[in-house]
Amino acid sequence: MKILVALKQVPDTESKIKVADTGNTIDQTDLKWITSPNDEYALEEALRLKEARGAEIIAVSIGSEKAKDVLRNALALGADSAVLLKTDSVEDPLVVARALSAFADGKNFDLLFFGHKCYGNDNGCVGVMTAELLGLPQAHVVTKLDISDAGFRAEREGDSGLEVIEGGLPAVITAQRGLNEPRYANLKGIMAAKKKPIEEIDCALSEAAIKISALTLPAPRSEGVRLDGDPSAQAVSLAARLRDEAKVI
Amino acid sequence: MILVFCEVKDGSTRKPSLEALSEARRLAGDDPVAALFVGDKLTGAEDAASYGADAIIKIESPTLASYSSDLFASAIADAVVAKGAKKLLLSATSIGKDAAPRIAARLGAGLAADVTALCLKDGRLQAIRPMYAGKANAAVDFNTDIQIATTRPNVFAVAKVSKAGAVETLPPPSGSFKSIVKEIIAKGSGKLDLTEADVIVSGGRGMKDGANFKLLEELAEAMGGVVGASRAAVDAGWNIPHSAQVGQTGKVVSPALYIACGISGAIQHVAGISGARFIVAINKDPDAPIFKLADYGIVGDLFEVVPELTKAIRAIKSDSK
Repeated sequence: MKILVALKQVPDTESKIKVADTGNTIDQTDLKWITSPNDEYALEEALRLKEARGAEIIAVSIGSEKAKDVLRNALALGADSAVLLKTDSVEDPLVVARALSAFADGKNFDLLFFGHKCYGNDNGCVGVMTAELLGLPQAHVVTKLDISDAGFRAEREGDSGLEVIEGGLPAVITAQRGLNEPRYANLKGIMAAKKKPIEEIDCALSEAAIKISALTLPAPRSEGVRLDGDPSAQAVSLAARLRDEAKVI
Repeated sequence: MILVFCEVKDGSTRKPSLEALSEARRLAGDDPVAALFVGDKLTGAEDAASYGADAIIKIESPTLASYSSDLFASAIADAVVAKGAKKLLLSATSIGKDAAPRIAARLGAGLAADVTALCLKDGRLQAIRPMYAGKANAAVDFNTDIQIATTRPNVFAVAKVSKAGAVETLPPPSGSFKSIVKEIIAKGSGKLDLTEADVIVSGGRGMKDGANFKLLEELAEAMGGVVGASRAAVDAGWNIPHSAQVGQTGKVVSPALYIACGISGAIQHVAGISGARFIVAINKDPDAPIFKLADYGIVGDLFEVVPELTKAIRAIKSDSK
């Protein structure tokens, strides 16, 4: 079995976001960078498949030189090789999906794993777009996955309940929190990763379909009123304000 | 023409779809708006005429009885081409989020996902969409002839505008599905998803135990809302599902009212509730960061305050009957 895991490097979720002087992107000064959390579930699922069935895992990231950290971490966790599709920042998910599908096309992957949405752009599109571009079935926002020789059976949370999706392989799976508990890299893995190669490919990007013309920070919320008194008085006062001021009941 | 993909449920058009449709009507001015429905034996599509649809387009086939990402995406993309539509809106429901990127890739069209505002600029859509889980807002411009956006549920107003709603049909896509929903294990009847709920009562570490969420269930029920949780509560091993998690790594929500009980207000949680119209914080720590953004704050023991609040809400509701 041959598995691709797509990983994105994003600012730590605890980061305060500041807008850069250009006005349409974030200020990267002082940011700590991590693997996008949903991508960790994607990688972990691939690692578990490798342990259960045997598989070759190729970790892929699109980004600048520093995205190698994400790939090195994937190698330390058990990915067999890693590829950096080297480019400046890309904000259009369609451009990313085109680059990934161009990379994956013809390489006979049985499974392509993505996080269902990367923290940052919050598009939740790249995995699904890649599936369409490669003509593959998809299971998006997956919280449980079974792989058999016949194909996949995945569970995802739909608006009216838990959806069970079935399809054949090869397939694109996008991972959601709940799918598994990602492991941490151990020293042995970290040492072994140093010997594994990270291939660099200069990535030619297609023309963007969307572009961000301005990035702004939302107006900060201000503190409202604190309600005093004993619990009963506080509750009665709140209920009255919710009815009369907020008009939500 | 603006085409709006709409979903029906239990014999009527879903509210998130009506929101997208209403927004399309507002944007279109005198241009036509068409509501597109895909499925088998669709009932409830007629609603769309009351919310601004000049045309109601149905693609019906037994092969579309159950949702398939690829089959629905090709049906919708084919309809865009057949009608010559340059703009497609879908609500960012679980189906909308699943199908829209496939449609965009198929058509080579730009997609702005989960938008919170739309306008027209030089005849093309321009979208505002939250990024970094709501810590920033991006203005998105399109470079493509066809523009697609998914609208965040609970953000756009539903507006009644009567239009002809002339029904037409388009043929279903040929070929078989690549993947399909085999089964839906339904949650409790009438339970809304957090992203669609008007009122969310959420619990954090201060709830101390999963069993105590019963207090929040009661308050939510009194208010017609649903129960959510912070990451701390979900991670505490209290048997609270991941699907209930609100925040950056969970769901970004935009209810009219968000009641945070025993939630301190970590930056990731706060980002996920920035779209709430009103925020109430109930916490025994007067210095909890959540108070800094709460419209109404109660410093107190949630185990005392929440049952009193449930009682007070019930009293108001029974008075108004």
